[in-house]
Amino acid sequence: MILPALPILIPLITIIFLLFNFQRREWQPWIGLTGALLQLALAIFLAVQVKTQGILVLHTGNWEAPFGITLVIDAFSSIMLVLAGIIAVSVSIYSIDAIDRQRQSFFFFPMVQGLMMGVNGAFVTGDIFNLYVWFEVMLTASFVLITLGGEKKQLNGAIKYVSINLVASLFFLAGIGLLYGKTGTLNMADLALKLSLADNNVLMNTSAVLFFVAFSIKAAVFPFFFWLPASYHTPPVAITALFAGLLTKVGVYSMIRFYTLFFVQDKLFWHPLFLWIGGLTMVIGVLTAASQYDIRKILSFHIISQIGYMIMGLGIFTVAGIAGAIFFMAHNIIAKTNTFLVAGLINRVTGSYDLKQIGGLYKIRPWLSILFIIPAFGLAGIPPLSGFFGKLILISAGFNAGEYVISFVALAVGLFTLFSMVKIWNEAFWKPRPEGVPPYEGENENLPVSMVIPVVFLGLITLTMGFAVKPILEIAMNAAGQLLDPKIYIQAVLGS
Amino acid sequence: MKSYIVQLAAARLLPVTLILSLLVFYRGHNEPGGGFIGGLMAAAGFIFYAMAFDTQEAEKKLRVSPLMLIVAGLSFAFISTLPSLFAGNPFFTGEWISLIIPLLGKLKLGTPLLFDFGVYLTVWGVIVTIIFNVMEE
Repeated sequence: MILPALPILIPLITIIFLLFNFQRREWQPWIGLTGALLQLALAIFLAVQVKTQGILVLHTGNWEAPFGITLVIDAFSSIMLVLAGIIAVSVSIYSIDAIDRQRQSFFFFPMVQGLMMGVNGAFVTGDIFNLYVWFEVMLTASFVLITLGGEKKQLNGAIKYVSINLVASLFFLAGIGLLYGKTGTLNMADLALKLSLADNNVLMNTSAVLFFVAFSIKAAVFPFFFWLPASYHTPPVAITALFAGLLTKVGVYSMIRFYTLFFVQDKLFWHPLFLWIGGLTMVIGVLTAASQYDIRKILSFHIISQIGYMIMGLGIFTVAGIAGAIFFMAHNIIAKTNTFLVAGLINRVTGSYDLKQIGGLYKIRPWLSILFIIPAFGLAGIPPLSGFFGKLILISAGFNAGEYVISFVALAVGLFTLFSMVKIWNEAFWKPRPEGVPPYEGENENLPVSMVIPVVFLGLITLTMGFAVKPILEIAMNAAGQLLDPKIYIQAVLGS
Repeated sequence: MKSYIVQLAAARLLPVTLILSLLVFYRGHNEPGGGFIGGLMAAAGFIFYAMAFDTQEAEKKLRVSPLMLIVAGLSFAFISTLPSLFAGNPFFTGEWISLIIPLLGKLKLGTPLLFDFGVYLTVWGVIVTIIFNVMEE
C-alpha cells in the first residue's frame, strides 16, 4: 500500500530529477511538466479508487492510527488533489515561455514542485501536526517563488507576505500545542472521536479560535485578508496564478476539514460566525476590487471576495451547503488561475497591467477576448458557465436552510463581481486605445503556443463544469455527505 | 583576513570534524545526535575552511558541488522508503539487518539509518550553499 503517499512522492522525485539535471536548462521545464502530468494522472486514478473502494488510509511506518502519521484520502481530498494536479499542469506549461531564463535558472521549477509537494501533503494528511509541516513546506517554497528575481516591488510585497504568514503559522502551532496538551493526540480521526465523547468541550475553544485565526490568515478571510492584495500582484503572473489557485484554498480546505470533523460541538457559535465572516469577506473584497485599475489587483481582491462564498457554504452546514462550497472551490481554482493566466497574455501583448494604458484589444486580438470572457464571466456567474451553478447551489442551499440575509448578500456580490469583470472587459478590450499611448510592443507578435494551451485547457474545464453540472455536483454531494458524517472517516482510520 | 595559524588549523580540523560528524550521525539512532546535527557539523568544518581561505578554495576541497550533496541526500531519503515496499510492509516501515563484523561486534543497519544519512547529506549541502552564498556577497 503506497498509493496515498504517492501525491507527496511524485513531486519529491521530480525535484530530485530537476536538481540532478540542473545544468541542462532546456530540460528543466519538461521535467517539471512530466512531474505535473504524473500528479494529475495519479490524482484522477486516486479519485476513481476512492469512489470505488471508499476512503484510502495508509499508516506510514507501520505505526497504528493514533500513534503514527496517517495519510487519508477521502472524497474531498481526492477532489482537491485533482484540482491541484490541473493547476500544476497548466502553470508548468505556461511557465515554459512566461518565466524568463534568469528565474528559470534560479530553481523556479524545483520550487513549483516543492509547493505542489506541500499542497498535496496538506490534502492527504490525517494528522494535524503533519498538516502544519506541509503548510510550512508549501510556504517556504512560496517565499522563494514570491521573491524570485529580487525586484524591488517584489521584495516589498514579500515582506508583508512572509511576516503575516509566519504569524499565522505561530497561531496554528499554538493551537496544535494546546489541543495536544488537552487531548493527548494529534491524529484527526482520534481527535474527532475524543472530542465527541468529551463533555468539557468548552476547553477546546481556545484551540478552535487559534486554528480559526491561523486558517483565516492563510485563506485571506475578513479581517485578515490585507496581506493578499499587497503581495499577489508583485511576482510574475505565472507565480501569482499558481498562488491564487492553490494557496488560499489550502486554508479553506483545512478550515472545512477541521470544522466538519472535530470542532462540531459549538454549532451555535461557529456557524453564525462563519456566515458573518463569509458575508463580510465577500462584500469587502468585491467593493475594494471596484476601485482598482491594475488588472492583477482587481483579480487579487476578487480572490478574497470568492473565498467568502466558500466560508458561507461552511456556515450553512448542510450537505447542499458544503457541496456548494466544494463545487465553488473547484470552479474558483480553475477560473481564477485562468484569469491570471489571461492577464499574463494581455501583458504579453500590451506590456502593461494598467487598465488606463490598455485598450482596443478586441480589435487586434479577438480570440484573446474570447479566452478572457470564459473565465471572467465564469467568475461573475453568467450561465451556462461554472460560476453560475456554484453560486446557484450555494444560494439555494442558503434559502433552504433559512439563511436569507447571507443569500441575498451573495446575490448582490455576484452583481458587483460582474461589474468588475465588465470593467476589465470594457477598459482592456472594448474602449479604443487611450490617446498618447505608443503602439504595443507585442502587437504584431504571435503569442507563444505554450502560454495559450493552458488558458484554452482551463477554459474548456470551466465550460465543461457548466455543461456537466449534474455529475460534478454528485461528486461534490458525495464528498459533502462524507464530511458531514465524521463516523465514516473515524471508522476508516481507526477501524471499528 | 589571512592568518597562517587559522589556515593551518582549518586544514587540520577539517578531517577531524568530518569523522566526528559521522560519529555523531551514527550514534543518533538511540542517543543524542543524528543526521541533522551531523550534517551541521560537517558543514561547519567547510565553513571554517572557507573562512580561513576563501569560498573557492573550500568548494575545491569539497570536490562535489553542494547541489549534488542535496540531490544525493534527497535520493537516499527516497531510496530508504523502498525496502519496506519490497518487504510487503506499509510504506516507510523501518527494515533492519544485523551484520556481525569481527572485532567490532554487531552492526545494526536499517532504512532509518539510510534516511538519516539522506538528512545528513541534505543539511550539509543546504547549509554550505547558504553560507557560501552569503560569504561571497
